Amino acid sequence: MSGQVSPAQLDRIRYRRRQTVISVLIAAASTFVVGVLLVVGVTGAPGWDRVRESFLDPSVAWDALPDIAEGLWLNIRLLFFCAIGSLALGLLVALLRTLRGPVFFPVRALATGYTYTFRGLPLIIVLYVLTLGVPGLRLRGMPSVLVLGGIALVITYSGYLAEVFRAGIESVHPSQLAAARSLGLTYRQTMRHVVLPQAVRRVAPPLLNDTVALQKDVGLVSLAGPIDAVRAAQIHTAETFNYTPYIVAGALFVLLAIPLIAVTDWVTLRAARRQS
Amino acid sequence: MARRLIPVALLLVAAAGCAPADEQAPAPAATGLTNCSKDQLTTKTPGKLTIGTDDPAYEPWFKDNKPDNGQGFESAVAYAVAGKLGYGPADVKWIRVTFNNAIAPGPKDFDIDINQFSITDERKQAVDFSGPYYLVRQTVIALKSSKIAGATSVSALQGAKLGAQVGTTSYQAITDLVKPTAKPAVYNSNDDAKKALQNGQIDGLVVDLPTAFYMTAAEIKDSVIVGQLPQVGVPEQFGIVLDKGSALTGCITQAVDQLRSAGTLSSLEKEWLAQAAGARELT
Repeated sequence: MSGQVSPAQLDRIRYRRRQTVISVLIAAASTFVVGVLLVVGVTGAPGWDRVRESFLDPSVAWDALPDIAEGLWLNIRLLFFCAIGSLALGLLVALLRTLRGPVFFPVRALATGYTYTFRGLPLIIVLYVLTLGVPGLRLRGMPSVLVLGGIALVITYSGYLAEVFRAGIESVHPSQLAAARSLGLTYRQTMRHVVLPQAVRRVAPPLLNDTVALQKDVGLVSLAGPIDAVRAAQIHTAETFNYTPYIVAGALFVLLAIPLIAVTDWVTLRAARRQS
Repeated sequence: MARRLIPVALLLVAAAGCAPADEQAPAPAATGLTNCSKDQLTTKTPGKLTIGTDDPAYEPWFKDNKPDNGQGFESAVAYAVAGKLGYGPADVKWIRVTFNNAIAPGPKDFDIDINQFSITDERKQAVDFSGPYYLVRQTVIALKSSKIAGATSVSALQGAKLGAQVGTTSYQAITDLVKPTAKPAVYNSNDDAKKALQNGQIDGLVVDLPTAFYMTAAEIKDSVIVGQLPQVGVPEQFGIVLDKGSALTGCITQAVDQLRSAGTLSSLEKEWLAQAAGARELT
């Protein structure tokens, strides 16, 4: 391609640029108007001063921040291990559920029962049973409450993730399996090289979505004693009779979620581009 | 049986009132109260003070469900208050009033009622309260097998894993007084915390003293009260209940206040809660 551009094309480029500028300006103006309306609407409310004092007090926020940040570190560590654990277990359960052949019926039945049970069972009950019930057995070498709580999260979330994986596996057209088998690949090789790479790519957005959801639920281990970010905020709220610590914890959680959500969006976009 | 015990009880009360020399105010005269002597007061039965409490009346607030034996913290306090107003032990008449009836609005069969009533604004709408005769203390309980079961000092608790309910004075007692090296465990409710204690997931649980008595006696097998922690935070207060607008309220409050400043209340607390009930003080 040479650098030659026809005058008509130049016009088109200029026109498009102008249109872009105009739409950016319009968007900015409309955002500004909506923003002003929101601020006026909220701050103009008769109870605004009271709400601001009890939810947005900077000195309370500053005092609570170190404890909440320390609690958040617990959330982050739990999220890391639970995400890995539930992705691994979820994939395993999904694979077991998609095994063919009558000989594997018990395995399939177990895996199906697993997804039914742990998607149906409220997480808080699984947590209670594992963190306060299981230690009651007083077995030797009982892991810490955090590990037990992590296990509860992993077995619950892997139930959801298994179904996402299964949807991905089953979305790969049967003709591909037939083709792979006719090439002489074993069932395992077919899964490993043909089905799973496509399946995982297709379901990456919902998988990441569940991981974002997990991020909020890891804090529930606090019901067994450990102090996570929300619990730390609750303690400060109880001491000060001011709800600002919750807002601080909320803001930190959103900050924590932004990278994950951004990755999800990026993966989704990339998947969409590849398919089109 | 009960009658025979009254003189003994009185002796105990009297002894408790005088024993610690450092807490003794200048000999309180029987006429220490203005316009509050027996002959000036209008009570249900003239010349008698009718005191209500629940049935059964639990230890260590009462002993053997016999309020008239002068034993147990609240029985002793009741006789001390009566004595301040000039009512001898023979002038005190006990009646049984259930807890809820005592604080319900409406006519009362008692002059005063003592039954671990916390002073709250809601209850003040329906009844009068005397000044507080007891400030609720935070207490550590543990399983008998726990490493802190025999602790006698606050510092002995520092290496322990302690638990408490979220947002309570109990939690504040851990962080402000004990300052343990291990992060405390925080629970949504005392029920969750009890479970963790039974499982051995925490070494000790901090609850207020009345709860500690109930938990160790009735709820958690093989558990003991390790001891009471020093006063912390804004404590719950127990007050004597009177009918709303009772003519006696001022006099009863004066009597309670004098017993407190004379050190009588704290020595009764030591005698009946710390020693007799085994909730020793952790220092």
